[in-house]
Amino acid sequence: MNKATEEIERVVVRFAGDSGDGIQLAGDRFAAATALVGNDLATLPDFPAEIRAPAGTLAGVSAFQIHFASRDILTPGGQPNVLVAMNPAALKANLTELERGGIVIANQDGFSEHNLRKAGYEANPLDDGALDDYQVFRVPMTSMTVRATEGIDGITARDAARSKNLFALGLVSWMYSRPTDATIRWIEQKFAAKPQIMEANLAAFRAGYNFGETAELLQVHYEVKAAPAEPGTYRGINGTTAAALGLIAASVRSGLPLFLASYPITPASELLHELSRHKRFGVRTVQAEDEIAAANMALGASFGGHLGVTASSGPGMDLKQETIGLAATLELPLVVIDVQRAGPSTGMPTKTEAADLLMAIHGRHGESPLPVVAASTPAQCFEAVLEAARIAVAYRTPVILLSDTFLANSSEPWRVPDAADLPEIDPGFATGPNSGEEFWPYLRDERGARPWALPGTTGLQHVIGGLEKEDGTGHISYEPGNHALMTRLRAKKIAGIATEIGELEVDRVDGAEMLVLGWGSTYGAIKGAVRRVRLRGEKVDSAHLHHLNPLPRNTGEVVRSYRKVLIPEMNTGQLVNIIRGEFLVDALSYTKVEGLPIFAEELDDVITERL
Amino acid sequence: MSETNGSNGGAPAGLTKKDFSSDQETRWCPGCGDYAILATVQQFLPELGLPPERIVFVAGIGCAGRFAYYMNTYGVHGIHGRAPALATGLALARSDLSIWVVSGDGDALSIGGNHLIHALRRNVPIKILLFNNQIYGLTKGQYSPTSEEGKVTKSTPFGSLDHPFNPIALALGAEATFVARTVDTDREHQAQVLRAAADHQGSALIEIYQNCNVFNDGAFEAVRGKGRDANQIRLEHSKPIRFGVDSERGVTRGPDGRLRLETVSEVGEDALVVHDAHDPNPSQAFSLAHLSERPNGPTPIGLFRAVERPVFAESMTRELESAREGVGTEDLDALLRSGDTWTVE
Ligand code: SF4
Repeated sequence: MNKATEEIERVVVRFAGDSGDGIQLAGDRFAAATALVGNDLATLPDFPAEIRAPAGTLAGVSAFQIHFASRDILTPGGQPNVLVAMNPAALKANLTELERGGIVIANQDGFSEHNLRKAGYEANPLDDGALDDYQVFRVPMTSMTVRATEGIDGITARDAARSKNLFALGLVSWMYSRPTDATIRWIEQKFAAKPQIMEANLAAFRAGYNFGETAELLQVHYEVKAAPAEPGTYRGINGTTAAALGLIAASVRSGLPLFLASYPITPASELLHELSRHKRFGVRTVQAEDEIAAANMALGASFGGHLGVTASSGPGMDLKQETIGLAATLELPLVVIDVQRAGPSTGMPTKTEAADLLMAIHGRHGESPLPVVAASTPAQCFEAVLEAARIAVAYRTPVILLSDTFLANSSEPWRVPDAADLPEIDPGFATGPNSGEEFWPYLRDERGARPWALPGTTGLQHVIGGLEKEDGTGHISYEPGNHALMTRLRAKKIAGIATEIGELEVDRVDGAEMLVLGWGSTYGAIKGAVRRVRLRGEKVDSAHLHHLNPLPRNTGEVVRSYRKVLIPEMNTGQLVNIIRGEFLVDALSYTKVEGLPIFAEELDDVITERL
Repeated sequence: MSETNGSNGGAPAGLTKKDFSSDQETRWCPGCGDYAILATVQQFLPELGLPPERIVFVAGIGCAGRFAYYMNTYGVHGIHGRAPALATGLALARSDLSIWVVSGDGDALSIGGNHLIHALRRNVPIKILLFNNQIYGLTKGQYSPTSEEGKVTKSTPFGSLDHPFNPIALALGAEATFVARTVDTDREHQAQVLRAAADHQGSALIEIYQNCNVFNDGAFEAVRGKGRDANQIRLEHSKPIRFGVDSERGVTRGPDGRLRLETVSEVGEDALVVHDAHDPNPSQAFSLAHLSERPNGPTPIGLFRAVERPVFAESMTRELESAREGVGTEDLDALLRSGDTWTVE
């Protein structure tokens, strides 16, 4: 049967099911195929903190949203147009966000009495008219998967049912005309060691695809053409992988071996997993006994001439701060990656938030300033990490790189840079005496950075420590004037970074009186919202901070030149306090702490209201 | 990089104590046991056969923490309790260095207990000198995790309620491969223990009884003062365990399996327990650790245990170092473009 193909510009699909249903895997593969088509895309995984939350309950629902289009897009989208629901709980947890008239593809087999009861449905919503406002397709995915896998050696009906996520993937792949070969290749590779499982998954995927093509149920499928993009080689990438590659790039470009010490913590563990795979680049990874040890190991490696890195999230950051303060006074390079999550305390480990900004800047005792860099999109994590490493090495300082759960888990297309175009990082190790016959570990260069002399270098033996040091010689000193001087020298060094990080760039339209200023993962939402507002003829500018400490040197000038400055943040108002305090500008604040990113649609309303 | 572990196998480098001593003025209280340890370590270091730049001292917080500043080697004075972790990172990064950790009973066993046990179980190639004075000195005299129960200090005017750690037993429980004890003023014995530690492959824990003459004077009087010859039970590998001014006493194993102290002439020499520091089973070392709960009577010193176990990440480090050789932008380009890619013309 030849079905009609309709071309559409953009669509938002959400896959939802039990956390054991393989929803994230199906979503990831769909995103990979979508990237290959050349669509622009953004994804938003959302899963429970429990590894195996009780099956069938609302608490156990795992979801994966993808927004893709034939034009450039900026966020994973607010309201989905299509909801794939594997069971009643998945339907219930996600239906309110589905657009009116949107498509529901329900795994009919998942809507058993038992599952309905667990989700708190008295009657089956597929039958009782609850979904009258939507287009509903009921597909018996489980039983069709079981049938498709019949005859595969050693596969029980139970095993087969596990492949239903791939049936769903196949079906949605057909609906949106996604290529199948990359997915098939992926299944073949992933399950190469388990041929029966591979066969079952392939059968399920093909059955889903064929069902779309042949069943009477679906009459139309859609095509989303490639989005215009700059020439180059592209790949899909999430924030975690981008950060890992950024670290390896920093290692190659600096010649410093990469050393990551981490303690397992959601959502930063993925970085440890990812980097542990890159032996080829000599990457050392250590799973430390605790967060404090991780920071100290990385610092010890830096003392030895490696690029020391530690990664964590909120609770781990609290524990590392004393060591970060030590690194600040030792003046050794250290990259600290904070993948922010919702707090306080354990908070919501798998949910996003960006409330560690003030902690990153100020969270240590005493005067211990350090640079803070924040990533803005999943792919931009690459650049941000590289920049953090560059600053750490050039200025002999710990740098905190702020990412968040959303950036770490979401993916988007990335135009891969040429390695030769990446900044070179010169460690500039000390090789000989710098003060007559002597070596002074705290004799600074024009940037205010001290020499980095590696153990093993003849004649440069020295001891550095947490006690206050005499300017130049580095000997212990409690002299009042010296402490004041050293405090100011350390601060001046960090402040001086502003001279070489470039200016804050503003996306301008003529006559705008409002600036929307952001930092971190709100980048896409701000750009998207400003674009929407402008389409309606309003005049609004936007700018995004990647360096939070020090701020770009023109920041004050920029924010003072607008009648209104609006700062949207995933916290209760942290950057806004910095801008107000630093520049005496009465900036407006929009904040969200729901464990979810800010979406362009909601920000559009906020901007419109405040204009 | 050549691997160093602790020593260079004793190859002489023609260096003396002076080459390992810094010009910084020592700031411990007059009479503190730290002075004797410092002198012994500085005197011993030339034996390593390494130039000072290949040696690193990593110190924690406490009176002992100042140690690093008095050495003409590389050094880091870290934060409270974390020296073993910092040293672990350095050891993993640099297998060509000889790395020594200086810590105290509060630093290593209280705030930093976690790092100590994990460094020991991993068998990181670092040598840990634990200056045990059974008191907090730098903070002016609070009881420590090795102070005896009922210790009256400023923070425990009615006597402490805590049961103390036995550092040797703790290290053995943490799967340490090298565990020894020595006494601050016993220079020769101390040097022997340092030598054995340097030659050991992997981590070494050396408990040093260190007198704090200001806040806990005389804590080790029995093994340090006049009675020391009577009370020091010097453990020597493969020798029957004897002690006393005339070696007239010894250690035997009773029918209940417990170690006990006897007079040799009464039980006969054959009844004495023979010390086996290389026994893979730590039971006897553990019993010896508990032979005296406090150092106020006969107390074993010397090498409790020295066994072989793979050094942490040694082969991995070699593999990574050679893998990295020659890696450049081409490899990076290939890595960045790995996985599914597509091209826009
Ligand atoms: S307080 Fe005790 S341990 Fe500290 S320096 Fe003085 S005597 Fe030595």
